Amino acid sequence: MDFSTLNPVALIASLIMAATPILLAAIGELVVEKSGVLNLGVEGMMIIGAIAGFAISVETDSPWLGMLAAVLAGASLALIFGFLTQFLLSNQVATGLALTLFGLGLAALLGQSYSGMKPPSSLRLDIPVLSDLPIVGEMLFRHDFMVYFSLLIVVGVWFFLNRTRAGLVLRAVGENHNAAHSLGYNVVMIRMGAIAFGGACAGLGGAYVSLIRVPQWTEGMTAGAGWIALAIVVFASWKPWRVILGAYLFGGVTILQLNLQALGIGISAAYLSMTPYLITIIVMVIMSADRRRASLNAPASLGQIFHASH
Amino acid sequence: MLRLEPRQQASSTMRWLTPILAVAITMFMGGLLFAAMGKNPFEAIRIIFLDPFFHETFGPYSRSQLMVKAGPLILIATGLSIGFRAGVWNIGAEGQFVMGAIAGGAVGLALHPADGFWVLPLMTVVGAIGGMAWAMIPALLRIKFNTNEILVSLMLVYVAYNFLAAMVTGPLKNPDGFGFPESRSFTSVDSTHLPMIYEPLGMHAGVLVALGIVIAAYVMMERHLLGFQIRLTGESPRAAKFAGVNPAFIVAVCLGISGALAGMAGLFEVTGPAGKLTTNFPVGYGFTAIIVAFLGRLNPIGIVLAGLLMALTYIGGELAQLSLGIPAAAISVFQGMMLFFLLAVDVFVNYRLVWKKEVK
Amino acid sequence: MSETLLEIKGLSKSYPGVKANDNVSFTIQQGEIHALLGENGAGKSTLVKMIYGLVHPDEGDMVLHGKHYMPHKPSEARNLGVGMVFQHFSLFEALNVAENITLGMEHAPPRAELAVRIREVSNAYGLPLDPDRLIGDLSVGERQRVEIVRCLLQNPKLLIMDEPTSVLTPQEVDTLFLTLRKLSSEGVAILYISHKLDEIKTLCDHATVLRHGKVVDTCIPAEETARSMAEMMIGGELSMPTAREFTPGDTLLELNNLSLASLDPFGTSLTNVSLTLRAGEVMGVAGVAGNGQDELLLALSGERTTDSDMIKLKGVSLGGMGPTTRRALGLLAAPEERLGHAAAPDMSLTENAFLSARIRQKLEKSGFTLRNKRDDFTREIIEKFDVRTPGISNAARSLSGGNLQKFVIGREVLQQPTVLVVNQPTWGVDAAAAADIREALRTLAAEGAAVLVISQDLDELMEMSDTFAVLAEGRLSKPRSAVGLNVEEIGLMMGGNLEESANA
Repeated sequence: MDFSTLNPVALIASLIMAATPILLAAIGELVVEKSGVLNLGVEGMMIIGAIAGFAISVETDSPWLGMLAAVLAGASLALIFGFLTQFLLSNQVATGLALTLFGLGLAALLGQSYSGMKPPSSLRLDIPVLSDLPIVGEMLFRHDFMVYFSLLIVVGVWFFLNRTRAGLVLRAVGENHNAAHSLGYNVVMIRMGAIAFGGACAGLGGAYVSLIRVPQWTEGMTAGAGWIALAIVVFASWKPWRVILGAYLFGGVTILQLNLQALGIGISAAYLSMTPYLITIIVMVIMSADRRRASLNAPASLGQIFHASH
Repeated sequence: MLRLEPRQQASSTMRWLTPILAVAITMFMGGLLFAAMGKNPFEAIRIIFLDPFFHETFGPYSRSQLMVKAGPLILIATGLSIGFRAGVWNIGAEGQFVMGAIAGGAVGLALHPADGFWVLPLMTVVGAIGGMAWAMIPALLRIKFNTNEILVSLMLVYVAYNFLAAMVTGPLKNPDGFGFPESRSFTSVDSTHLPMIYEPLGMHAGVLVALGIVIAAYVMMERHLLGFQIRLTGESPRAAKFAGVNPAFIVAVCLGISGALAGMAGLFEVTGPAGKLTTNFPVGYGFTAIIVAFLGRLNPIGIVLAGLLMALTYIGGELAQLSLGIPAAAISVFQGMMLFFLLAVDVFVNYRLVWKKEVK
Repeated sequence: MSETLLEIKGLSKSYPGVKANDNVSFTIQQGEIHALLGENGAGKSTLVKMIYGLVHPDEGDMVLHGKHYMPHKPSEARNLGVGMVFQHFSLFEALNVAENITLGMEHAPPRAELAVRIREVSNAYGLPLDPDRLIGDLSVGERQRVEIVRCLLQNPKLLIMDEPTSVLTPQEVDTLFLTLRKLSSEGVAILYISHKLDEIKTLCDHATVLRHGKVVDTCIPAEETARSMAEMMIGGELSMPTAREFTPGDTLLELNNLSLASLDPFGTSLTNVSLTLRAGEVMGVAGVAGNGQDELLLALSGERTTDSDMIKLKGVSLGGMGPTTRRALGLLAAPEERLGHAAAPDMSLTENAFLSARIRQKLEKSGFTLRNKRDDFTREIIEKFDVRTPGISNAARSLSGGNLQKFVIGREVLQQPTVLVVNQPTWGVDAAAAADIREALRTLAAEGAAVLVISQDLDELMEMSDTFAVLAEGRLSKPRSAVGLNVEEIGLMMGGNLEESANA
């Protein structure tokens, strides 16, 4: 075994790439859950974002338009979920599952003719001066635009939730939708907004996979990333900055096991491939074990159906 | 302005009408989808829903596939529906399906080439135990640590896929298989070959077991205390605790039963239609069964019908692929839409639509 | 006489099956405290929701300050100087006081400024509040202050208060009244909803009486007696409770230093609760909501278990046993929340009867339901307790609150318990049904069972109980005879002053 081939600088850089799509999807879902809605369709919205972003990038030769398309596709799919759960009062768990199954099918259908293609070149953004620093430069400042943008979204979400009135209203709706309604807030429309934002972020995360991380289109390429994003929201106890921690931790595990596979350390690749999922389970167990704390952090109306009785 | 108004109690008419409505809307929207793909929508719908029964050349083969595909869907969905009614969301049936097949399959491979009527039943039992054991992981984590069973059971699907890959390239690899990643064939040895009962409809022994289980599930849910406790837990967890139901017990029972049935379905799949363990024998029955469970209204009898319908879309979809070049993915979209529309029209079970004037 | 502030002209509102308000008209003067009086279900809540813009009337009109007034949403009402304090608070437990107040304001000042204003206003009106505390950590009385201060910060002209005292101790009620009088003297009109007649007599200038959605009378409360107003509300003669005889029998239930940590992060834990309940005895447990009532019920029903010896039924330790075993031994319970705790909303009455009665009534055989026996028992409940329902297979939620409560109480009483524990047996139930329920519980005790009644309704407890205790912050006062107890004493006990009053 030769660990010297592992380059820590490259490892960190690829860790960030592995973490970014999950970070995007998770921060979107965090906002959705803060508003009291559980959308289990993240995987479906990501994969739709992946194909929409890929297809539009190939057709227009512009990764920017591709990203935009991914945002719109994710949000539109999310709005189907929103319409069903908020207006037709369907069960959120079942509808989220339906969204994932539908999204996977639709993406596969749309992606028929895009297998094996190359997308236009990525959106690399070397931050001037800083990117020339030794080691740190390559590790942190020579990434694509989306890496920085995803972190910016997290900061934005934190600011929105904790420092703005609109964010306060959103949290209030997630805490107690009946009280929010009796104060005159439009619970359904606020939630629709959150759901659309969640879909947009998931779509963007999916496009990151197909346009930058891989970059290619294959069926089912998100491989459970959406589900992991959901787990990371739990891990983060619904706190934005901890979503970064969770996503990067997951990215770290993924990259580590991939590199170990490449090294051929004598453990079957199949077993190593399990580790990200197993670690996710373990982390979720740790976070949910303290029931009192878990119930304090979770939005109190999460997953409950709201119907204004008057 | 249109408004939803709660009904005094759930409408029993709507309960059976909504799935039919959902299928009808799906056919219509599916037709639009096919039209958008440049195919003749009427022809496509006919090929999917009618040709499997009536087509002269393809009919016989299609009919023989009906039960083969419906069997595992019904078996898995019956188990899932029990959990769903208790609010226990096992969505990792696909993983339990795989693990059941591996566990039961391993027994068969270990005994190879043993002869005896008891081999297959033993494999079936071990398959069920394998699926159950895999489902007990989310069950125990939920009971002990309050961990969300939805996410854990789903994560374990990916773990199971990888475990399957490790098995068929490792311990369970066919020693005479020229290094292909697959196990020995189960169907080539009589003792491990799932017998076919009625060829024209594809009714193998597993389908028979599935139908028996459907009846048992119906009796349990409607007549037995355990079924009552499961339904009560789903309807109102606090009332269940008041009634003396132990929620941990219900979680374990629901995940245990659904895991066992999924595991059994996996074993039937590899000893019958698939014939051996390979990395691609799981074709997603575990996920499609979720649709079947809902479309069947979480009711064992409904699930039989929904399972047959869903099998039909698979088979019809293959025909449509052959004759019209409609890609297989279109069928997944079709199935996904069906669940969407069902959830959408479901609102009319508990609510009615009324027209209300706004006072200015 | 001062100027008219709000004129209500012929408001009507229908819901499926009910005419909640039928051509309601009355006026409110500036600075007056105006009572809206009526039984549960008389249409008071619907009416004030229309004034606050939460519900839109089918017909009718309102005039505020001489201008047409018809708010489409609460924010419009608030802008025009109409504020409302809800009966079930519109507060968010996981948010702090300042955040909660901001949410109810149209033009909220920045954080720091708001905190200062909250302190100022709350102190000025004798309702001190800390802006940074989480609502979940506040007592019920303090939560109400938050609601009131939220309204006051917006300089209301009309303040609507929906049953504000149902959650307060008598001392807190006095403080509230001082605040309301101060507001009234500053020219703020108050629309005060209640069915507590003594309060209205001491506080209100005018009263409008609603019955079945219609205005049936108006009066000046100071010139009426509680009895005469009650008769306006009910529309008939009020029957007074009969005197009771009580000779305690054998000890049936013993609680020995029962302690139980609450699972709800905002709940109250029980600490060293002890009592002895004897055959024939009805013991009333008073207390303001959120002082451990729910936990006490859960500990007795068996939904939460404790150390075995903490609970003894006829000498048998059963603190460690679950609901099923306790039922078999004769300890039964009826929780406060009818839908979702005592009964499953979407299940039929037969299944809800089976829910708690399967053991004592032997409604199953080796796990299989004995359907005929179950249906017969359901019919028995319906007949003996006069439950109005089209049939036994109707869903629990299709019943009205009073009928479902009769069903739930009847289900337990007819199982002939040794000890029955009930929490809020007549909450939200009309007067006739409430009287029936109390009667049934007294009869049960008279036949040799023991009944523990947990309630926030002091009048109810005074009427029913042989012995009396108060639950405050999870501790129970020493039970004492209900004879000769006065409201002042109970008030002190409810405020947490347990020892003194127990020794008195």
